[in-house]
Amino acid sequence: MSLCAAEQGPPLANPGLELRRLVPGRPRWVPVVALLAPAFLFLTAFTYWPVLRVLFESFMVGRFAGQRALGLDNYRRLFADPHFARAAWNNAVYAAGTIAPSLVLALLFALALRDTTRLTTVLRTFVAMPLMIPLVAAAALFSFILLPGEGLLDFYLAKLGVPAINWLGDTDLALGSVVAITVWKNTGYYMLFFLAGLAGVPQQLLDAATIDGAGAWRRFRNVTLPMLGPTFAFVVPIAVLNALTQVDHVVTMTQGGPADATNLLLYYIYQQAAQNYDVGLASAATVISVAALLALSLTSFHLLERGTYYES
Amino acid sequence: MKAEWRLLGLLAASAAALVWVVPFAWMAVAALRPGVPADIASLTPAGPLGLRNFNEAWQSGSFPLWYLNTVVVCGGILAVQLVTVTAAGYAFARLTFPGRDVLFALFLLQLLLVPPLLIVPNLATLVSLHLYDTLLGIMAPYFASAFGTFLMRQTFRTIPRDYEEAAMLEGATVPALIRHVLVPLARPGLAAFAIISVTAHWNEFLWPLMAVSSPSSQVLTVGLASFASGAEAGSAWGIVAAGTFLAAGPLLLLFLIFQRRFVASFVFSGIK
Repeated sequence: MSLCAAEQGPPLANPGLELRRLVPGRPRWVPVVALLAPAFLFLTAFTYWPVLRVLFESFMVGRFAGQRALGLDNYRRLFADPHFARAAWNNAVYAAGTIAPSLVLALLFALALRDTTRLTTVLRTFVAMPLMIPLVAAAALFSFILLPGEGLLDFYLAKLGVPAINWLGDTDLALGSVVAITVWKNTGYYMLFFLAGLAGVPQQLLDAATIDGAGAWRRFRNVTLPMLGPTFAFVVPIAVLNALTQVDHVVTMTQGGPADATNLLLYYIYQQAAQNYDVGLASAATVISVAALLALSLTSFHLLERGTYYES
Repeated sequence: MKAEWRLLGLLAASAAALVWVVPFAWMAVAALRPGVPADIASLTPAGPLGLRNFNEAWQSGSFPLWYLNTVVVCGGILAVQLVTVTAAGYAFARLTFPGRDVLFALFLLQLLLVPPLLIVPNLATLVSLHLYDTLLGIMAPYFASAFGTFLMRQTFRTIPRDYEEAAMLEGATVPALIRHVLVPLARPGLAAFAIISVTAHWNEFLWPLMAVSSPSSQVLTVGLASFASGAEAGSAWGIVAAGTFLAAGPLLLLFLIFQRRFVASFVFSGIK
């Protein structure tokens, strides 16, 4: 017991404490509260409270005569809704289809453009430019590029003898087209992190591997890739977050169509909230999405983080 | 062998990077081609060039208003963030108090619980605070930033304590210490955060779309979306390109001019 009490007492050897001793007679909680209160107030109002509120709303069921009660009706309706099932499935495809290709492309770009020359600087700029424009601006550009017939893609494909393709109107192609726009938009962002990660790989390590007879592939597989562990641990959760929260192009280009082919979870929430005014359904869908996001990004972070620790 | 692979990689990357820049190339070319040319998709047109599309885009959209609203939103968010983020970042970097690590983890939750995901409850909060359909309503959910707090905590940690101890010995208060000693030293961190914050909010769409209903409070992205769908309906693709350029151009130009600064900021945010 005495040991516990000693642990809970102020850590005497703490360097932060020495500083505070220089200000005599000042209670230690005043600066802590004063400095953290503004940020904490806003976080409470717009992050913690909304999570609790949406959780509560999702279990709120309307009863007759304006009375409300707790129940599972919203979730029952949600899981019975084929549009929601479609949106969840699409979102899984969208996540896999955007995360893996954009990370692989980003890594390939970074590997090819890692030396800084005038040429690589220009090429890096080209790849990074999409991250500076709004996703709705990208959507406006791709609305034309993917236009059947006169659009840029079909215009140049026609020169190769390919007939017009309805990229966004065909139920089999629409989600792929939306995926392609997202990959175009995000690859440059991830490339910047891989470039920084590659710069942190010690040259001696690569030289040592070369002397030991390791070829280019084995150097990459056994030295470079493990050294990029922290970069992956940072980038993958961000990519997961993006896959669940970037739906601006769906809102402006496809409205989830044709026939729900591009409906994603957040777009489904938006539809229920802004078009159907079904707060119960929108809340239940939000709870499911938040749970999925927390589970996926925290899991990927821990797996990659642990992998890193193990490798090094 | 090794040099050949290098060259091959560079060639492939060059080809891919050229594909990457095509949408921008088309935007620039199409925006400069007046009228409705049949080969509007062409990247190497023969016809005349001019600024008429920009003129028409400017006339049919409310660009000055959208610019103003966007600047107010980005500036307002950043101004409040700089205060909350500096204060909280300092507290987490330098002060010791029970429950600090738990509180910090609670702060970091906001990295994942982003406002677009919480549109349903946040909209209800805006209505009850009478902030619905105001620019302040667009800004409010971003006034605290977990990301900025984290960034400033890391930045403050890199500053040696000697400076603070010297200032404290001379009787400086905590606010004075932060403002006159630490903030000047933390300027690179603050600048990096400012660049990331402004880029994020200049480009944001879904939350401003939900938080505002009257045209007078629209920001650039929301304005562009309705402007573009109108122009697309009339197949006025040159005007769509010009309008897109007007919305995306300012940040894009800043990026091209201060590229090194931007890249350093983005990367700074991810490292450490």
